[in-house]
Amino acid sequence: MQFMLLFSRQGKLRLQKWYVPLSDKEKKKITRELVQTVLARKPKMCSFLEWRDLKIVYKRYASLYFCCAIEDQDNELITLEIIHRYVELLDKYFGSVCELDIIFNFEKAYFILDEFLLGGEVQETSKKNVLKAIEQADLLQEDSKPRSTRLHSCVKS
Amino acid sequence: MPAVSKGDGMRGLAVFISDIRNCKSKEAEIKRINKELANIRSKFKGDKALDGYSKKKYVCKLLFIFLLGHDIDFGHMEAVNLLSSNKYTEKQIGYLFISVLVNSNSELIRLINNAIKNDLASRNPTFMCLALHCIANVGSREMGEAFAADIPRILVAGDSMDSVKQSAALCLLRLYKASPDLVPMGEWTARVVHLLNDQHMGVVTAAVSLITCLCKKNPDDFKTCVSLAVSRLSRIVSSASTDLQDYTYYFVPAPWLSVKLLRLLQCYPPPEDAAVKGRLVECLETVLNKAQEPPKSKKVQHSNAKNAILFETISLIIHYDSEPNLLVRACNQLGQFLQHRETNLRYLALESMCTLASSEFSHEAVKTHIETVINALKTERDVSVRQRAVDLLYAMCDRSNAPQIVAEMLSYLETADYSIREEIVLKVAILAEKYAVDYTWYVDTILNLIRIAGDYVSEEVWYRVIQIVINRDDVQGYAAKTVFEALQAPACHENLVKVGGYILGEFGNLIAGDPRSSPLIQFHLLHSKFHLCSVPTRALLLSTYIKFVNLFPEVKPTIQDVLRSDSQLRNADVELQQRAVEYLRLSTVASTDILATVLEEMPPFPERESSILAKLKKKKGPGTVTDLEDTKRDRSVDVNGGPEPAPASTSAVSTPSPSADLLGLGAAPTAPAGPPPSSGGSGLLVDVFSDSASVVAPLAPGSEDNFARFVCKNNGVLFENQLLQIGLKSEFRQNLGRMFIFYGNKTSTQFLNFTPTLICSDDLQPNLNLQTKPVDPTVEGGAQVQQVVNIECVSDFTEAPVLNIQFRYGGTFQNVSVQLPITLNKFFQPTEMASQDFFQRWKQLSNPQQEVQNIFKAKHPMDTEVTKAKIIGFGSALLEEVDPNPANFVGAGIIHTKTTQIGCLLRLEPNLQAQMYRLTLRTSKEAVSQRLCELLSAQF
Repeated sequence: MQFMLLFSRQGKLRLQKWYVPLSDKEKKKITRELVQTVLARKPKMCSFLEWRDLKIVYKRYASLYFCCAIEDQDNELITLEIIHRYVELLDKYFGSVCELDIIFNFEKAYFILDEFLLGGEVQETSKKNVLKAIEQADLLQEDSKPRSTRLHSCVKS
Repeated sequence: MPAVSKGDGMRGLAVFISDIRNCKSKEAEIKRINKELANIRSKFKGDKALDGYSKKKYVCKLLFIFLLGHDIDFGHMEAVNLLSSNKYTEKQIGYLFISVLVNSNSELIRLINNAIKNDLASRNPTFMCLALHCIANVGSREMGEAFAADIPRILVAGDSMDSVKQSAALCLLRLYKASPDLVPMGEWTARVVHLLNDQHMGVVTAAVSLITCLCKKNPDDFKTCVSLAVSRLSRIVSSASTDLQDYTYYFVPAPWLSVKLLRLLQCYPPPEDAAVKGRLVECLETVLNKAQEPPKSKKVQHSNAKNAILFETISLIIHYDSEPNLLVRACNQLGQFLQHRETNLRYLALESMCTLASSEFSHEAVKTHIETVINALKTERDVSVRQRAVDLLYAMCDRSNAPQIVAEMLSYLETADYSIREEIVLKVAILAEKYAVDYTWYVDTILNLIRIAGDYVSEEVWYRVIQIVINRDDVQGYAAKTVFEALQAPACHENLVKVGGYILGEFGNLIAGDPRSSPLIQFHLLHSKFHLCSVPTRALLLSTYIKFVNLFPEVKPTIQDVLRSDSQLRNADVELQQRAVEYLRLSTVASTDILATVLEEMPPFPERESSILAKLKKKKGPGTVTDLEDTKRDRSVDVNGGPEPAPASTSAVSTPSPSADLLGLGAAPTAPAGPPPSSGGSGLLVDVFSDSASVVAPLAPGSEDNFARFVCKNNGVLFENQLLQIGLKSEFRQNLGRMFIFYGNKTSTQFLNFTPTLICSDDLQPNLNLQTKPVDPTVEGGAQVQQVVNIECVSDFTEAPVLNIQFRYGGTFQNVSVQLPITLNKFFQPTEMASQDFFQRWKQLSNPQQEVQNIFKAKHPMDTEVTKAKIIGFGSALLEEVDPNPANFVGAGIIHTKTTQIGCLLRLEPNLQAQMYRLTLRTSKEAVSQRLCELLSAQF
C-alpha cells in the first residue's frame, strides 16, 4: 500500500498515512485530487478505480471516507477488508467510533494504525493482539495527570 | 468502555481542537492557530523548564496544526527530547511527531538516531516496537545507514518477542524498498524463510511480505520458501472456519495471510517437486470448490475475504499458465462473477479475465463471455467498470470476433466518457489493423473512427492508415473512393481532410475515370475545405495539389491559379508561402518527366512496430499490451516473410524528394527511418562476427544427419573428423537451456588460435539468446576443452544456430561449421491430459492456419516402442488411451518461450501397409506448427 487517507464528506482530511516518500507539496496535490475524485462518485459505484498508475480502494463509513492507494499487483478485495478491520479496531477501542473520536484522539488513531499496518503491509490481523498492544501502552501511563471528562460523549452528536 | 478515560486525556489539546472546530471562517481559524503558535513558542522559549506532560501536550498541538495543513517550523527539538522520556506516552507522541514531520536537519537526525538506538537496545519490547515503527514510518536513507545492519539481527534473534519480530520484518522491508543496497544479505536470510513456519500467525503474516519483496531480487536464496509457503497455505485452506481463532475473519481463516502466501508463490514458477506441486494444486482446487459452496455468512466481509483469496488464487493459476483444467475453471468462475449483483465483483472479474484471455489455454473459454461483456459496456453505470469491459474486449479479440468487437467499440465510442475516448480510439485502430483480413474493412473502420471521434484521433492513427494504404495496393482504389465519399459531408473533421488529401494526392487517379469524381471535382472538393483548416493541413493540401498537377495535367491551370493567388503566394505563414512559391515554380519549369520523377508515388513504408501500439503502451504501461504486441510481431513476419530492411523506402527519405519531405511526415514518428539494425549489439557473438562471417566454412558434410539425431535427444557426438571431435551435453527447462560443448583434440599436436563462434542469423537472433565465454585459444594434443552455452528462447524460431570453429593445426588453417541442435522442441514441457480435454483443445485449434499436416514415407522400421520413445524424446507428453485407434500416437505439450507459451497437440497415424505416416500438429501459431511438423517428420 502506498498511502491511506481518511476524509470527511465535506472533504476535510482526518488522517493521512504515507508509506512512500513524497514531498509535502506532492502529498497535498494528491490529497486534493483524490478527495475530489472520490467525493464525486455516486454511492452505488464500485469501490475501486484506476488513478495514475495506482489502484484506489475506498469505502465510506457514515460521514468518513477511507481511501487506500495500492499497487498494480495488490489485491483490491483484501484491501477493502483492511479498511474494514481498521474501522473495527477503532470501533472496539473507542466504543462505537465516530468521526469526532478520530478528530479529538487523532494520535490514537495513528497508534492503532501503526500496530495494524506497518510500512504499508499488514502487520497483525488479530483484533485482540492489536488492541492488547494499545491497551498495554495505555496501562503504562502515569496516573498523576488530571483526567479529562468523557470528551467524546459530550461533543458527539 | 469510554475511550479517553483510558488514555491520557490532554485537556488543553481537546479545548484547542474544540476552538478550531468552532471557528466560523478560515480567517478565524488562522487567527486562533497563530495565537496558539505564539503561545507554544513562548512556552518553549520561556525560562521555566517545561515538564514532560506540557511538552507532550504542546508537541501534540503542533502536530494537530500541521495535520490541518499548516506549516510547522519549530518544536522538533522538544519532540526529540520526548523520545528520551521514560514515560511511554511522552515517548510515543515524540515518535509520532518525528514520523510525521521529520526534517533532514542533520543535527536532529543524529539525535533521533541516538534515541532510537537506545530504545532498540533497551530490551523493552514496547519501546523497541516504537523505535521500529518510527524507522519504518520515516524510512529515510539516513535511518537505513544507521540501522539496516541491526534489524536483521533483531528479526531472527531467538529471544525477540513476537511483536518485535513483526515490526522488525516490516521495518526491514521498508528500508529495503527505499535503499536495497543498505540491507546486507547473509546468514539471516535462511532463518527469515523459516519464519514461515512460525507458530505465531502474526509473525508469519509480517514475514511473508518481507520474503516476497526480497525474493524478487534474489530468487535462488529464497527458493526454499516455496515448499514452506505451500504447506502453510495448505494448512490454512483446509482448516475449519474456527480453527484459527482470532485469525479467522468472518468465517474465513486467515485471509490476509492466504493472499500474501499466494502472492509469494507468484514470484516463482510452478514447484518442481511433484509432492509439493500436488499439494498446491489441491489447495487451488479447494479454493475453487469453496467458491461454489453456500456462504457461511451473509455479511459482505465474509464474501469479500473469501473472494480476495479466490482472485489471488486465480492470479496464481494464470501466472503458472500450465494447468488447462484450472485455467478453464477459473474462467468459469469469473464468468459467474460477470453477472454478479455486486459491482465490485463484476469489476474484478472483468479485470482478471483480461489476463486470462492472453493464456493459450483459456483464450477460447474467455471468448464465450463476449455477449456479457458487450452488455456490460452498454449497461454498466460506472465508468470504471465500462473501462474494464473495453480492456477485456480488447484482450479477447482475435480474428474470429474482431468485426463484432470493433463494431461494438465504435458504437460505444459515440457515447463514451471523454476520459477514455482516446484510448478506445487507439484500441479500435490497433484491432482493426491487426485482424483485418479485408483491408476495405480496415479503411472503413478508421474513417468511422475519425467521423465519430475525430478530436481523439491522434496523429499516429492517421499516419498509420496512410502507411497501410500505401503499402497495400489492393486497397488503394477503395480507399480513394471512400475518402472521396466521406469528404462530401458538409462538415467533416480536419483529420479526415488530412487523410483524404494525402490519399487522393497519391491515388486520386484510381477513381478519376468516374465522371462523378473527375480530377477537377476531386480538386474542388478538397479545396472547399482548405480555408477551414489549420496551417499544417493546408500545407499538406498544397502538396496534394502539386501531386495533382503530375497526376492530372488537365487541372494544372486551375491549380496554378490557386497557387498564384495572393492568399497563397503572400501568405503570412512562411511555410505556406514557400510551398506555394516552390510548387508554382516547379509546375511551370519542370518537364513532365521531371515532374513524374519528383512527384512519384510514395514508396512502401518499412514494416515496423506500429506507432499506435507504442502510444497505447505508453498510456497504459507495458503490462497490458505486451501480448498483443508479440502476436503482432509474428504477423509482420508472416506477411513479409521476415523482417526486411526495405532499402527502397530508405532511399526515398535520403534523397531530397519533395513528396517525402513536404507532406509533413518527415518529422513524424512513423516516417520511414533507417533500416532496423541488422545484427550485432546483442552481445551474442563470441567475437568479431562481422569480420569472420565471410570466411565461415560451409556446413560440414553429414552435419544435417547428425543434427536430426539430436532433435529427440540431448547428448552425444555432434561432429567428428580426423582432428576434432565435438560432443554435446544439454539440458532444457521451460524457455531456458544450457549446453556443454566438448572439443576434443584427437591428435598429439596443439591446436592454436582455437576459436569457436556461435552464429545466429538475423532472423534467429531476436528469438534465441545464446551466451557463452571464449575458450582458451590453445588446445593441447589429446586434451578436451569445454564451453558452456546459456540458452534463452525468447520467441519461437525456425533456423538453428551455427557453430563455426577455426584453429591452426600444424601449419594449416582449419575451418569447420556445424549446425548446433538447438531446436524449438527443446523448450517443450509435456502436458498430461485426459481424452476429453485433448479433443476439446483439439477442436479449439481448428483454424486452418493452426494445423499443419505431413504425409510421408517411413525411413526407419515402424516399431511402436521406438516411435513412443521418439515422441517422448521430442518433448511432448505421450498420451495413452486418448486416441480411439490404439495404433495412433497422440501427444501434448507446451512450448515455453520468454514472451509466450504455446500449447501444442500432435497426432501421428502410422499406416503399416503403405509404410507411411500421417503427422498432424495443431498449435495456436502457424509458424510453430510448421516447424514442429518438419522436425518431427524427419524422425521416422
